[in-house]
Amino acid sequence: MRLQYPTNIQIIRVPCTGKIDVIHVLRAFEKGADGVYAVGCMEGDCHFNSGNFRARKRIAQAKKILDTIGIGGERAQMYNLSSSEGPLFAQIASEMDEKIRKMGPNPIKLAKKKAA
Amino acid sequence: MIVADKKPIEEIIEEIKDKRKLLVLGCNECVTVCEAGGKKEVGILASALRMYFLKEGAEVKIDERTLQRQCDLEYLEEIRDVADQYDAIVSLACGVGVQFTAERYLSTPVYPGVNTCFLGANEDRGLWTERCQACGACILARTGGICPVSRCAKRVLNGPCGGSTSGKCEISKDTICAWQLIIERLKALDKLDEYEILSPIKDWSTDRAGGPRKVEREDVQQ
Repeated sequence: MRLQYPTNIQIIRVPCTGKIDVIHVLRAFEKGADGVYAVGCMEGDCHFNSGNFRARKRIAQAKKILDTIGIGGERAQMYNLSSSEGPLFAQIASEMDEKIRKMGPNPIKLAKKKAA
Repeated sequence: MIVADKKPIEEIIEEIKDKRKLLVLGCNECVTVCEAGGKKEVGILASALRMYFLKEGAEVKIDERTLQRQCDLEYLEEIRDVADQYDAIVSLACGVGVQFTAERYLSTPVYPGVNTCFLGANEDRGLWTERCQACGACILARTGGICPVSRCAKRVLNGPCGGSTSGKCEISKDTICAWQLIIERLKALDKLDEYEILSPIKDWSTDRAGGPRKVEREDVQQ
């Protein structure tokens, strides 16, 4: 297929999105990520039954915290797609990239640069 | 166990926004089990606070530590060397832990990081319900193991009252009438005769009515 998607996206592999915790998302932002999105299996298709539902809830929790501290909850997102949907993966990546670009850089990254 | 709920981060920020060196102190017991103040929650709160202060342009050092228990002196002693280096400690323990920490470390203000709610049980994933009010004089033997002090809105000892309809309490249709449960349980145990025995007026002096309480046991004292 050789599909193109933005090169600024760093993929972190986890055994299941159910492995993702709120702290992982927060740490990513603390380290300067402009956005974080979790890509889980289709709802109802989780090999471990509820991993992707758990991830959705944890992303929602992280969004709430990010909103509270003024980073912007929209920077964290949850997506579901099946492993055969390569084109959709690329589409989501571009969509997320575009969305984050519109929001601008992570204020933490800017504050860190300023402090340094 | 003691059940606590997360305190909104904005409330915590409001208390500590002018501090520059903070310790977020968790507790490994009840609050860890009810997912409000364990090591994991310490990490999340510390990370959120770090980001908040960075964004505000304030240079704040935030450390994380989780003690086995904050309601025991021997564990609280573990922060003896470092406690006075902080402008404030945010304790994610229950109200007991917050107070005990504050009592031991007089020069550092201690702020609560959770809302302590009640003595309860983990009924389901993410669901904790009240089971005990620590009234100091247990009557569960008479009530089929169901506590009317903590589970009846009126703490009625000879119930149910007139507000019980179809097994539900008048305060909310989601609240089960404790006395309905007691009667059903006694019936199942074939002990309904005991329901006929009137409970005498309860001595509330062992409850909060008698002021702050203490348990003193010479047999285990040194």
